[in-house]
Amino acid sequence: MRTWWRSRRKGGPARSRKERSGPQSRPLSCQELVELVTDYLDGALDAETVARFDEHIAGCDGCATYVEQIRQTARLVGKLDERHLSAPARSRLLEAFRDWKRTTQ
Amino acid sequence: MAPPPGGDDRSPGTATGTGPGDGELVAALMAGDDDAFARIVDAWSPSMLRLARYYVNSDSVAEDVVQEAWLGVLRGLDRFEGRSRLRTWALRIVANIAKTAAQKERRAVPFATGGTEGPGGSGDLPGPGPSVPPSRFWPAGEPRAGAWRTPPHPWPSLPEDEVLSTEAVEVVRQAVAVLPEGQRAVIELRDLDGYDAAEVCDVLGLTPVNQRVLLHRARATVRATVEPYFAEGVVSGERRP
Repeated sequence: MRTWWRSRRKGGPARSRKERSGPQSRPLSCQELVELVTDYLDGALDAETVARFDEHIAGCDGCATYVEQIRQTARLVGKLDERHLSAPARSRLLEAFRDWKRTTQ
Repeated sequence: MAPPPGGDDRSPGTATGTGPGDGELVAALMAGDDDAFARIVDAWSPSMLRLARYYVNSDSVAEDVVQEAWLGVLRGLDRFEGRSRLRTWALRIVANIAKTAAQKERRAVPFATGGTEGPGGSGDLPGPGPSVPPSRFWPAGEPRAGAWRTPPHPWPSLPEDEVLSTEAVEVVRQAVAVLPEGQRAVIELRDLDGYDAAEVCDVLGLTPVNQRVLLHRARATVRATVEPYFAEGVVSGERRP
């Protein structure tokens, strides 16, 4: 999953040789971090990127807030109401279960 | 691998985690335990209805699909091999029946159903663009290029366990409702039904990468949509005149 920002950098300003030699340790920008948040929350980032991510949010209120709001968003969606089967459909299924039981036993 | 820092091992409301294992459940069903069947019908039907609804055009057809799927579960129960969880297997049956029903409705299947790869493939995978508008960051050439220019403000009106006002729930519901169908399917299965990433890939026929792309875009869009409301105290409705 690191490939996306590598490819993004192709269009960016030329980097010095020194910078290019250690892209892994280059700090994440805020704009890069927000695109990694889902992978981060799903545990899909490699350990090195997780370390850069953690280091960034430790010192950046904006990104810490953003990550927290993505978590809050997931929780908010979790509060939406469930749509339930209608009562007649439910009764028909329970009846079907009793029929099924009779024919299989 | 990083431990999931939150929200990923939730299993709200459904027969997961603290419920009986699948072996026990299958045994109870095979023994004709009415209560066991009623429990899983009540616990799983909401997500089955939602899943069906992604494929078919009406609530009533979705309900027919779900009923037929439950009958399919019963018919196939003695052949259930336990390679996946029973509820995942049940959802796959829903998806299959719903796809057939959708073909009858002559409606295109809404998202990539296996095989297609990457943004730009079939389905409604979002393009490779950013999930947060670039205008919120300092542009290239600025000393702080890539840093927040308009950072998000914390949502003071959203304490952890607050019971949301009707208005707040409606804001979130609308934000989810207008998502492209594939994104909506993934965010609801993940964040509302509590399915894990692997189950969602299994049921929707998505690759792990595509599943995350859809979830990422969906959460970012919902966050952005609700941001003005929760930053202003709409949740409790106390701050606005």
